Amino acid sequence: MARLDIKAETDSLDKVTEFIDEQLEAADCSMKAQMQIELAVEEIFVNIAHYAYTPSIGMAGITVETQGDSVLITFEDSGVPYDPLAKEDPDVTLSAQDRSVGGLGIFMVKKSMDDVRYAYIDGKNILTLEKKLR
Amino acid sequence: MTINKTQDQNTLTLQVEGRLDTVTAPELEAEIKGGLDGAERLVFDFGRLEYISSAGLRVLLTAQKAMNKQGGEMTVTGCSEDILDILEITGFSQILTVE
Repeated sequence: MARLDIKAETDSLDKVTEFIDEQLEAADCSMKAQMQIELAVEEIFVNIAHYAYTPSIGMAGITVETQGDSVLITFEDSGVPYDPLAKEDPDVTLSAQDRSVGGLGIFMVKKSMDDVRYAYIDGKNILTLEKKLR
Repeated sequence: MTINKTQDQNTLTLQVEGRLDTVTAPELEAEIKGGLDGAERLVFDFGRLEYISSAGLRVLLTAQKAMNKQGGEMTVTGCSEDILDILEITGFSQILTVE
Protein backbone atom coordinates (compact mmCIF):
# COMPACT_ATOMS: atom_id res chain seq x y z
CA MET A 1 0.00 0.00 0.00
CA ALA A 2 1.28 3.46 -0.88
CA ARG A 3 0.07 6.83 0.31
CA LEU A 4 0.54 10.41 -0.81
CA ASP A 5 -0.51 13.41 1.27
CA ILE A 6 -0.61 16.54 -0.80
CA LYS A 7 -2.02 20.07 -0.89
CA ALA A 8 -5.43 19.93 -2.50
CA GLU A 9 -4.85 22.41 -5.33
CA THR A 10 -4.85 21.93 -9.11
CA ASP A 11 -1.11 22.69 -9.27
CA SER A 12 -0.55 19.38 -7.45
CA LEU A 13 -2.17 17.38 -10.25
CA ASP A 14 1.08 16.46 -12.03
CA LYS A 15 2.52 15.07 -8.79
CA VAL A 16 -0.66 13.10 -8.14
CA THR A 17 -0.63 11.62 -11.66
CA GLU A 18 3.05 10.73 -11.29
CA PHE A 19 2.37 8.96 -7.97
CA ILE A 20 -0.57 7.01 -9.42
CA ASP A 21 1.39 6.02 -12.54
CA GLU A 22 4.30 4.71 -10.47
CA GLN A 23 1.95 2.51 -8.47
CA LEU A 24 0.06 1.26 -11.52
CA GLU A 25 3.24 0.46 -13.41
CA ALA A 26 4.54 -1.49 -10.42
CA ALA A 27 1.26 -3.42 -10.39
CA ASP A 28 1.59 -4.22 -14.12
CA CYS A 29 -1.60 -2.37 -15.03
CA SER A 30 -2.75 -2.41 -18.68
CA MET A 31 -2.31 0.84 -20.66
CA LYS A 32 -6.03 1.20 -21.19
CA ALA A 33 -6.93 0.75 -17.52
CA GLN A 34 -4.10 3.11 -16.59
CA MET A 35 -5.50 5.89 -18.75
CA GLN A 36 -9.00 5.37 -17.38
CA ILE A 37 -7.69 5.42 -13.81
CA GLU A 38 -5.62 8.57 -14.47
CA LEU A 39 -8.73 10.22 -15.83
CA ALA A 40 -10.85 9.24 -12.82
CA VAL A 41 -8.10 10.35 -10.41
CA GLU A 42 -7.87 13.74 -12.13
CA GLU A 43 -11.62 14.30 -11.93
CA ILE A 44 -11.84 13.36 -8.24
CA PHE A 45 -8.69 15.22 -7.19
CA VAL A 46 -9.64 18.39 -9.08
CA ASN A 47 -13.08 18.25 -7.51
CA ILE A 48 -11.47 18.19 -4.05
CA ALA A 49 -9.08 20.99 -5.05
CA HIS A 50 -11.95 23.16 -6.28
CA TYR A 51 -14.58 22.57 -3.65
CA ALA A 52 -13.44 20.88 -0.43
CA TYR A 53 -11.77 23.80 1.34
CA THR A 54 -12.84 26.88 -0.65
CA PRO A 55 -11.73 29.62 -0.16
CA SER A 56 -8.73 28.22 1.72
CA ILE A 57 -6.49 25.26 0.81
CA GLY A 58 -6.31 21.99 2.73
CA MET A 59 -4.76 18.57 2.34
CA ALA A 60 -5.85 15.46 0.51
CA GLY A 61 -4.64 11.93 1.17
CA ILE A 62 -4.47 9.38 -1.64
CA THR A 63 -3.95 5.68 -0.98
CA VAL A 64 -3.28 3.04 -3.63
CA GLU A 65 -3.75 -0.61 -2.79
CA THR A 66 -3.96 -3.69 -4.96
CA GLN A 67 -6.43 -6.37 -4.05
CA GLY A 68 -6.35 -9.50 -6.21
CA ASP A 69 -6.52 -8.30 -9.81
CA SER A 70 -8.02 -4.93 -8.89
CA VAL A 71 -6.63 -1.65 -7.63
CA LEU A 72 -8.33 0.45 -4.96
CA ILE A 73 -7.61 4.16 -4.88
CA THR A 74 -8.93 6.06 -1.87
CA PHE A 75 -9.16 9.85 -1.52
CA GLU A 76 -9.57 11.49 1.88
CA ASP A 77 -10.16 15.14 2.69
CA SER A 78 -11.41 17.00 5.76
CA GLY A 79 -13.33 19.61 3.79
CA VAL A 80 -17.06 20.21 3.61
CA PRO A 81 -19.09 17.00 3.43
CA TYR A 82 -19.79 16.33 -0.23
CA ASP A 83 -20.95 13.20 -2.00
CA PRO A 84 -20.13 13.66 -5.69
CA LEU A 85 -22.05 10.47 -6.54
CA ALA A 86 -25.31 12.07 -5.40
CA LYS A 87 -25.14 14.46 -8.33
CA GLU A 88 -27.51 13.71 -11.19
CA ASP A 89 -25.86 12.45 -14.39
CA PRO A 90 -25.73 14.94 -17.26
CA ASP A 91 -27.92 14.25 -20.30
CA VAL A 92 -25.33 13.09 -22.83
CA THR A 93 -27.84 13.06 -25.69
CA LEU A 94 -28.37 16.85 -25.78
CA SER A 95 -27.09 18.93 -28.71
CA ALA A 96 -23.94 21.06 -28.35
CA GLN A 97 -26.07 24.16 -27.88
CA ASP A 98 -28.04 22.66 -25.00
CA ARG A 99 -25.13 20.97 -23.24
CA SER A 100 -23.74 22.76 -20.25
CA VAL A 101 -20.00 23.13 -19.81
CA GLY A 102 -19.59 20.86 -16.81
CA GLY A 103 -20.93 17.94 -14.82
CA LEU A 104 -19.08 15.48 -17.04
CA GLY A 105 -16.21 14.61 -14.73
CA ILE A 106 -18.06 12.47 -12.20
CA PHE A 107 -20.11 10.89 -14.94
CA MET A 108 -16.91 9.76 -16.69
CA VAL A 109 -15.61 8.35 -13.40
CA LYS A 110 -18.78 6.32 -12.84
CA LYS A 111 -18.69 4.99 -16.41
CA SER A 112 -15.03 4.00 -16.49
CA MET A 113 -14.50 2.50 -13.00
CA ASP A 114 -15.79 -0.90 -11.84
CA ASP A 115 -17.00 0.61 -8.57
CA VAL A 116 -17.05 4.02 -6.87
CA ARG A 117 -17.97 4.37 -3.20
CA TYR A 118 -18.40 7.41 -0.99
CA ALA A 119 -18.57 7.69 2.79
CA TYR A 120 -18.34 10.50 5.34
CA ILE A 121 -16.53 9.16 8.39
CA ASP A 122 -15.05 11.05 11.38
CA GLY A 123 -15.23 14.41 9.61
CA LYS A 124 -13.67 13.09 6.42
CA ASN A 125 -14.91 12.62 2.88
CA ILE A 126 -13.71 9.20 1.77
CA LEU A 127 -14.08 8.26 -1.87
CA THR A 128 -12.84 4.94 -3.22
CA LEU A 129 -12.33 3.95 -6.83
CA GLU A 130 -12.05 0.31 -7.79
CA LYS A 131 -10.79 -0.90 -11.15
CA LYS A 132 -9.48 -4.15 -12.62
CA LEU A 133 -5.81 -3.83 -13.52
CA ARG A 134 -6.13 -5.84 -16.73
CA MET B 1 1.06 20.01 -23.94
CA THR B 2 2.11 21.75 -27.12
CA ILE B 3 -0.22 23.56 -29.51
CA ASN B 4 0.77 24.02 -33.14
CA LYS B 5 -1.39 26.52 -34.91
CA THR B 6 -1.68 26.79 -38.68
CA GLN B 7 -3.97 29.04 -40.66
CA ASP B 8 -4.72 28.18 -44.26
CA GLN B 9 -7.09 30.70 -45.80
CA ASN B 10 -10.23 30.35 -43.66
CA THR B 11 -9.25 27.10 -41.97
CA LEU B 12 -7.61 27.23 -38.58
CA THR B 13 -5.89 24.00 -37.52
CA LEU B 14 -4.83 23.42 -33.93
CA GLN B 15 -2.58 20.42 -33.52
CA VAL B 16 -2.54 19.45 -29.86
CA GLU B 17 0.25 17.23 -28.57
CA GLY B 18 0.53 15.60 -25.13
CA ARG B 19 -1.99 15.90 -22.31
CA LEU B 20 -5.13 18.00 -22.35
CA ASP B 21 -6.02 18.12 -18.66
CA THR B 22 -7.09 20.54 -15.91
CA VAL B 23 -3.64 22.12 -15.89
CA THR B 24 -3.19 22.54 -19.66
CA ALA B 25 -6.77 23.10 -20.90
CA PRO B 26 -6.81 26.85 -20.05
CA GLU B 27 -3.98 27.35 -22.56
CA LEU B 28 -6.04 25.84 -25.38
CA GLU B 29 -9.09 27.79 -24.26
CA ALA B 30 -7.13 31.05 -24.47
CA GLU B 31 -6.03 30.11 -27.98
CA ILE B 32 -9.66 29.64 -29.00
CA LYS B 33 -11.04 32.71 -27.25
CA GLY B 34 -8.59 34.97 -29.02
CA GLY B 35 -8.27 33.28 -32.36
CA LEU B 36 -11.50 32.18 -34.00
CA ASP B 37 -12.40 35.49 -35.61
CA GLY B 38 -13.22 34.95 -39.25
CA ALA B 39 -12.40 31.22 -39.23
CA GLU B 40 -14.90 29.27 -41.30
CA ARG B 41 -13.36 25.96 -40.39
CA LEU B 42 -11.71 24.89 -37.18
CA VAL B 43 -9.79 21.60 -37.10
CA PHE B 44 -8.45 19.96 -33.95
CA ASP B 45 -5.71 17.57 -34.99
CA PHE B 46 -5.48 15.07 -32.12
CA GLY B 47 -3.05 12.68 -33.84
CA ARG B 48 -0.51 13.30 -31.09
CA LEU B 49 -2.89 13.79 -28.20
CA GLU B 50 -2.25 11.21 -25.48
CA TYR B 51 -4.90 12.08 -22.93
CA ILE B 52 -8.05 14.17 -22.52
CA SER B 53 -10.04 14.80 -19.33
CA SER B 54 -13.33 16.58 -18.80
CA ALA B 55 -11.45 19.90 -18.65
CA GLY B 56 -10.37 19.28 -22.26
CA LEU B 57 -13.86 18.25 -23.29
CA ARG B 58 -15.18 21.52 -21.89
CA VAL B 59 -12.85 23.43 -24.20
CA LEU B 60 -14.08 21.39 -27.19
CA LEU B 61 -17.69 22.16 -26.29
CA THR B 62 -16.91 25.88 -25.92
CA ALA B 63 -15.22 25.85 -29.33
CA GLN B 64 -18.13 23.99 -30.94
CA LYS B 65 -20.61 26.51 -29.55
CA ALA B 66 -18.48 29.42 -30.76
CA MET B 67 -18.22 27.92 -34.27
CA ASN B 68 -21.98 27.24 -34.37
CA LYS B 69 -22.58 30.85 -33.42
CA GLN B 70 -20.42 32.22 -36.21
CA GLY B 71 -21.81 29.73 -38.73
CA GLY B 72 -18.55 27.80 -39.12
CA GLU B 73 -17.60 24.13 -39.08
CA MET B 74 -15.51 22.28 -36.57
CA THR B 75 -13.85 18.87 -36.94
CA VAL B 76 -11.78 16.66 -34.67
CA THR B 77 -9.29 14.38 -36.43
CA GLY B 78 -6.70 11.70 -35.65
CA CYS B 79 -8.01 10.51 -32.26
CA SER B 80 -6.54 7.35 -30.74
CA GLU B 81 -8.89 4.55 -29.77
CA ASP B 82 -8.72 5.52 -26.08
CA ILE B 83 -9.70 9.09 -26.85
CA LEU B 84 -12.51 7.92 -29.16
CA ASP B 85 -13.82 5.81 -26.24
CA ILE B 86 -13.97 8.91 -24.03
CA LEU B 87 -15.81 10.88 -26.73
CA GLU B 88 -18.22 7.97 -27.08
CA ILE B 89 -18.97 7.58 -23.33
CA THR B 90 -19.65 11.28 -22.90
CA GLY B 91 -21.84 11.58 -25.99
CA PHE B 92 -19.30 13.97 -27.55
CA SER B 93 -18.97 11.78 -30.63
CA GLN B 94 -22.57 12.74 -31.39
CA ILE B 95 -22.21 16.49 -30.99
CA LEU B 96 -18.80 16.88 -32.60
CA THR B 97 -17.74 15.96 -36.12
CA VAL B 98 -15.11 13.30 -35.51
CA GLU B 99 -13.11 12.07 -38.50
